[in-house]
Amino acid sequence: MSGAVSTPMPSAYKKSRLGERVLACFTWAMIIYTMLPIAVMVVFSFNFAPNGRVALNWLHFTFSNYTHAFAIQDLTTALVHSLEVAIGSGLISVILGTPLALALARHKFWGKTVTDIVIFADIAAPAVVVGASLLSLFLTLNLPRGLLTIFIAHVAFNLAFAVVVIRARVSGLDKSLDRAAADLGATPWVAFWTVIFPLILPGIIGAMLLCFMLSIDDLIITTFVAGQTLTFPLWVYGAVKVGTPPQVFVLSTFIFAGGVLLALVNAAVTHRRQSV
Amino acid sequence: MRQLRGILAPYLLSLPSWVYLLIFFLIPLGSMLGMALAVGNPLTGYTMSDNFSIFGQALSSFGDSFIRSFWYGTASTIITLAMAYPVAYWIAFYGGRHKSTFLFLIMLPFFVSFVIRVLAWEFILSDNSFVLGPLKEMGILPEKFRILSTQWAVIGGLVYNSFAYYVLPLYVVLEKIDRRLVRAANDLYASPVTAFLKIILPLSAPGVFAGFLLVFVTNVGDFVNAALLGGPGTYMIGNIIQDAFFLNQNYPMAAALSSMLMLMLMLAILLYSKTFGTDTIQEYAA
Repeated sequence: MSGAVSTPMPSAYKKSRLGERVLACFTWAMIIYTMLPIAVMVVFSFNFAPNGRVALNWLHFTFSNYTHAFAIQDLTTALVHSLEVAIGSGLISVILGTPLALALARHKFWGKTVTDIVIFADIAAPAVVVGASLLSLFLTLNLPRGLLTIFIAHVAFNLAFAVVVIRARVSGLDKSLDRAAADLGATPWVAFWTVIFPLILPGIIGAMLLCFMLSIDDLIITTFVAGQTLTFPLWVYGAVKVGTPPQVFVLSTFIFAGGVLLALVNAAVTHRRQSV
Repeated sequence: MRQLRGILAPYLLSLPSWVYLLIFFLIPLGSMLGMALAVGNPLTGYTMSDNFSIFGQALSSFGDSFIRSFWYGTASTIITLAMAYPVAYWIAFYGGRHKSTFLFLIMLPFFVSFVIRVLAWEFILSDNSFVLGPLKEMGILPEKFRILSTQWAVIGGLVYNSFAYYVLPLYVVLEKIDRRLVRAANDLYASPVTAFLKIILPLSAPGVFAGFLLVFVTNVGDFVNAALLGGPGTYMIGNIIQDAFFLNQNYPMAAALSSMLMLMLMLAILLYSKTFGTDTIQEYAA
């Protein structure tokens, strides 16, 4: 009886085929929409730039923006600052976050709910508030703003993301692994480094990549805590009013290409590991 | 000894993060409230007071910016939801072998700096850009037509920047839905529309709400889209806070405004976590 009934009604079937087509077109339209500003960035990085400013219209193709990619000293310094903060804060975030992720995923303890709420609040808090409150603290403490305060702020917002990503990986682990290691005479410390750590390493790397991306991207929180120090987004934001030099598009094309490449390599490695 | 270590372990493990978040996340929120109540100026230093009237002052001076921010936030989040839901639905149900490829394409903007994305839109939307310029020359659009520095440019920028953030949680919930339920609905002669409204929509509600909260909070607090795509008439509360800190150096007012924004959004977040719990949001946030 199921055969006769489960065959969809022809009209409904046709309708859903049509619906699927419409949805497919819509999805592709949205993908094009998503890529439009990226395409503008890449294409205009090859556009001739009169007076060292990006032109609004296509003039002619040139490589000279690329040969002069690092010609603006401040901009290059700002990019180096961004990379330093992104790598440093990513590393510290996972070092601080991994133990908490382990505690949350494998232990029941007093204060766990509160910890959950704080992590959640750290993720959900609006950037303006996080930035303004950190600035209030630094002003109260009379701490001069600079690379250090940028770094502190970036760890403060990255930490919660690191905990969530690593925690997801830890909860997938079989709890009997610890017991097996203990039965074989391993101390918790040895068991962690030889059994648990290698297994959650992909999660830790994933968390670090996410922190890196969030950090190198951040503008709102950084504007509050940077003082006179400039990161790449801050430099770009500051230059908008006087006109954007083509190097901005060139360097962000580099960042884009590097990020995509890294993500593809990461996906390929994970894929291979899973299929082995 | 071993048992004691077992009991202490979670506390020791969470200690470093807790200390960090206490000093650089929770205490600053308090010190911001303190700053709001301080009187003085940057040169002579500050002393605490009980000047609670500053909150009323903030509301009466900048109430319109608060309303505008919440309007931009609401409008942009609803538009983003309307755009992201069909995309997440199609990828989850019809993406086949290429699901992750489609998701990757949607997430490509993450690899471009936020400020560059907004800047690129400023290019695209500018009055004589390669898009509007030719349309005006052909006479399709009037010479005075402009998008930039209107509220729709700001809302459009907010929508673009939250699109991928909304597709992800929606995709996660839609992907989990058991396909047999839809099949069962068909068997019971439910029209595709009924099946969608009675099965898929309710089951995907957690993703809809989680995404709504994250996108809404982010967009209400944004000032970059308003600064680059908007004009004098599109000032959001983020721009006011920014100006109060750096242009006017009126720290107490800046702190009062951000405290109020925080309290308003925390209320929304609390209401949310009471209704739906915090587990889902953590799952989707990453």
